[in-house]
Amino acid sequence: MPKDGGIGASTKRREDVRFLTGSGHYTDDINLHGQAYVHFLRSEVAHGELKGVDTSAAEAMDGVVRIFTGADFEGIGGLPCGWQITDRFGEVMQEPAHPVLAQGKVRHVGDPIAAVVAESPEAARDAAEAIVVDIKELPAVIDMKEAVANSDIKVHDDLTSNLCYDWGFVEENRDAVDEAIKNAHHVTTLELKNQRLVANPMEPRVAVGEYSAGTGDYTLYTTSQNPHVIRLLMGAFVLGIPEHKLRVVAPDVGGGFGSKIFHYAEEAFCTFAAKAVRRPVKWTASRSEAFISDAQGRDHVTKIELALDKDGHFLALRTDTYANMGAYLSTFAPSVPTWLHGTLMAGNYKTPLIYVNVKAVFTNTVPVDAYRGAGRPEATFQLERVIDKAAREMGIDPIALRRKNFVTEFPYATPVAVEYDTGDYEATMAKLEEIADLKGFEKRRAASAEKGMLRGLGVNCYIEACGIAPSNLVGQLGARAGLYESATVRVNATGGLVVMTGSHSHGQGHETSFAQVISDMIGVDADMVEIVHGDTSKVPMGMGTYGSRSIAVGGSAMVRATEKIIAKAKKIAAHLMEASDSDIELKDGQFTVAGTDKSVAWGDVTLAAYVPHNYPLEDIEPGLEETAFYDPANFTYPAGAYSCEVEVDPDTGKVTIASFAAADDFGNIVNPMIVDGQVHGGIGQGIGQALLENTVYDENGQLLTGSYMDYAMPRADDLPSFSVDHSCQTPCTHNPLGVKGCGEAGAIGSPPAVVNAVVDALQRAGHTNVTHIDMPLSPSRVWAAMNS
Amino acid sequence: MYAFNIERPSTIAGAVDALAKDEAQALGGGQTLIPTLKQRLASPDTLVSLTGIPEMQGICTADDGALCIGGATSHAAVAAGASAYPALAALAGGVGDPAVRNRGTIGGSLANNDPSACYPSAVLASDATIVTNAREIAADDFFDGLFATALDEGEIITEVRFPVPEAANYQKFLQPASRFALVGVFVAKYADGVRVAVTGASEDGVFRWSDAEAALSGNFSASALAELSVPADGMIADLHGSAEYRAHLVKVMTGRAVSAA
Ligand SMILES: Cc1cc2nc3c(=O)[nH]c(=O)nc-3n(C[C@H](O)[C@H](O)[C@H](O)COP(=O)(O)OP(=O)(O)OC[C@H]3O[C@@H](n4cnc5c(N)ncnc54)[C@H](O)[C@@H]3O)c2cc1C
Repeated sequence: MPKDGGIGASTKRREDVRFLTGSGHYTDDINLHGQAYVHFLRSEVAHGELKGVDTSAAEAMDGVVRIFTGADFEGIGGLPCGWQITDRFGEVMQEPAHPVLAQGKVRHVGDPIAAVVAESPEAARDAAEAIVVDIKELPAVIDMKEAVANSDIKVHDDLTSNLCYDWGFVEENRDAVDEAIKNAHHVTTLELKNQRLVANPMEPRVAVGEYSAGTGDYTLYTTSQNPHVIRLLMGAFVLGIPEHKLRVVAPDVGGGFGSKIFHYAEEAFCTFAAKAVRRPVKWTASRSEAFISDAQGRDHVTKIELALDKDGHFLALRTDTYANMGAYLSTFAPSVPTWLHGTLMAGNYKTPLIYVNVKAVFTNTVPVDAYRGAGRPEATFQLERVIDKAAREMGIDPIALRRKNFVTEFPYATPVAVEYDTGDYEATMAKLEEIADLKGFEKRRAASAEKGMLRGLGVNCYIEACGIAPSNLVGQLGARAGLYESATVRVNATGGLVVMTGSHSHGQGHETSFAQVISDMIGVDADMVEIVHGDTSKVPMGMGTYGSRSIAVGGSAMVRATEKIIAKAKKIAAHLMEASDSDIELKDGQFTVAGTDKSVAWGDVTLAAYVPHNYPLEDIEPGLEETAFYDPANFTYPAGAYSCEVEVDPDTGKVTIASFAAADDFGNIVNPMIVDGQVHGGIGQGIGQALLENTVYDENGQLLTGSYMDYAMPRADDLPSFSVDHSCQTPCTHNPLGVKGCGEAGAIGSPPAVVNAVVDALQRAGHTNVTHIDMPLSPSRVWAAMNS
Repeated sequence: MYAFNIERPSTIAGAVDALAKDEAQALGGGQTLIPTLKQRLASPDTLVSLTGIPEMQGICTADDGALCIGGATSHAAVAAGASAYPALAALAGGVGDPAVRNRGTIGGSLANNDPSACYPSAVLASDATIVTNAREIAADDFFDGLFATALDEGEIITEVRFPVPEAANYQKFLQPASRFALVGVFVAKYADGVRVAVTGASEDGVFRWSDAEAALSGNFSASALAELSVPADGMIADLHGSAEYRAHLVKVMTGRAVSAA
């Protein structure tokens, strides 16, 4: 039994009290004395030459403080890209400039042209409407293949083409893979799209910039998943503010899903303008603005080929992907279709030969970057779809085909450069069969048929690489950042602890689960532990939250710092009890001397540390505060097996999810309830992608799905009650907690299960020509497939 | 939103006066108009709120048995109170979400005549009468294509009178994002025949499917529709469904409405 409040306990999330009672403190709740408001005038055309921006009438309007245009940012840095890809030919990617406000050209609907700072949001908006923009609309390029083929329309005139890079991985395998596919007994080919998604966190982005003329200090309050990254990127590359003069605070953040990792123009603008107008400057995005300015996700067009021998063993895999970058390179965009995607193409299987080609393409659309799962959902989707198709073509049961090819021995070095440390894919598959009652499917199918519904079953596996990431490795792969994490553990005189962690919590429940770890290690009540995050003035340099890295990397840093605390506390306890350090044991908040009945309490030791009257001052310093930086030795590899049953209405094509089950291996688990919640949310997003969500631009680059009237978000009644299990646990071998991370699994593992299930339902109903339907599987698309 | 003034008259006469001013516009529940204002797509000087007018609130039965609903009655009130006409109550209960139903009004919905809105199909299928401050308008004369009606400038829907059918049902196939009707079909069976009105489907807004009406008037069962089909010509085609799909759904939803009526 886990100790109440310790590791393994389903402790209720302490932060929910403030979130659910309206007492959270979000960036938009920050209102500074004398603040002014910004409204961004954004491009209404997808591609155009800026001939002139006349702000004179607008400047004369009531309440206008100052109007900024691209000219104000000449000579100031652009938004940097944090990852440089080297292409198949050894050349570095094409990297366009990304100005804070458009200069010379606009490149997507929503590209900011001017910014009005005014006394009120309304005055700012009124004035923005009075700005006269002379723009020559240019033909836009939206389709990726056309962008590569057609060199007449260039998103960036100073680049040689719209191709950002042409990446091959592993390039040395290219010919061997071609050869294996040519000679194989069977090759299954599938062309598919992984459609573009809008992240849609509940809280739109907000930025408040502040400048103190007295000290020359800047503060940026922003809706970020990683305030230190913003401080470094914006300070060093955009505005030239040294880090010691710049504080970045990300208070309560209402969801991010990746879209709040990146450094955005609005953050740099508010910080810059705060100094220029000598007033705090605030921007709050509307939902409509979020649709055209938050980095979007996915958007891959892929052809995948799987070669098999006559028994169904996988021999080789080749995939060709076009990945949309949008109009500019968002912070981590280049890494998503490459290192977060290509390295996952082995999946849970021992395919000996793999070659991945990715062409990243500029188009006149909103930039695309990491979105929950980032690259891994795209890898999993194509792999698990092509396996299902192969199973059908070869007449092999899809589960049996997967089992036949499972990696069974660990560590396992894949042909795509990563080494899985542990896993047990057979165990999660067996667990799935049990919790989903797969044996009972035929009976349920008959019951559905009775009602006139077509029932289908879809199963798939997934693996992800998370706990991102070993710094030296990502450095070789082009990252311009390290991916360690930090923690400072400060023990107060009266025994309470404050943990300053570089991991940022924007819904994940760190304040609860991180405290559980400390409580477990020291044996004090979790209520004695406070978790502080999101403020660069309090927390040591940390890399933030994404890539399911918080407990695996941030938690490990916290463990390392706490180990240092315990080691020092034992020395103090030894002194107090006149014993040797090595005989001291810490249990349940008591220090004892092994083999004796001597003890001192945790609080006695912490008090002694700060009131060092009886204290070994000649050996150790007073105080009890330690910092650790943790750089992981490897990624972690959560994996699992998912299943979905659907009912398809043959008259309308409407898909209803009848059941959904997930058997995950996350290694050790700190708080099972929080893990359930993470998986539920991920599956919700995955089903959203599979059935509902789609980002559609017309051929002129106008976003047709710019509001919830047309962008279909999943609602509670679109989802079934999930059956999730994480009792299969193969602990991570290289971090102190043995944890793997669970934040993205649901979103990675669920889309193929849904699509496999719908195709299965249609196949069983005799629609044998339907081998694939592109997501979202809306009623109209499913109906069209049935009637094609 | 641009700045505007608001007036809250307590009588229909007061509202008519207030609306006579330049750039004045009626405000029902605001569920369409307020988002429009927020997008700055409209800029009335004055909004005249109709929800504080007792004469325009509530549900009652007229001497001829018709169900009369005040023009400013909320969808939630109709859902809860139109038990004399269950299909209508169910339709109102399926509009939007609770917040929308508690604010949005029948008059606002009809005046707006969104091609995907639910109420227009009930009004047209029931041969309802739209009562305004100036006149009575038959349903067949009221709807005039997309977002257009027979209402004059400043004219207010004060009441809607629904003859209560022997049997009726509304089937709404949801547009996945907005959950307005991708296709909605209201079928109402009266002693003198069946009326079938379709919303969401046509580029001309709500319409009566006369072939189905004829077939169902002879034989009120879904099988009566077997030989019929709806041409895709003139149907809405957008990212949520092709014209063919909508045409197909009209028939499916009509059959389901008949079976459920
Ligand atoms: C999230 C959401 C979901 C929705 N889902 C649905 C749905 O599923 N089905 C559906 O049918 N509708 C739906 N609606 C629309 C909703 O029913 C609105 O309430 C309705 O369209 C407008 O009614 P209102 O009273 O809010 O009118 P308002 O928004 O106040 O006004 C709309 C227009 O009508 C005019 N007007 C208002 N009242 C009168 C009157 N009595 N006489 C003359 N003119 C008047 C106004 O001047 C304005 O031009 C939805 C709306 C939202 C926001």
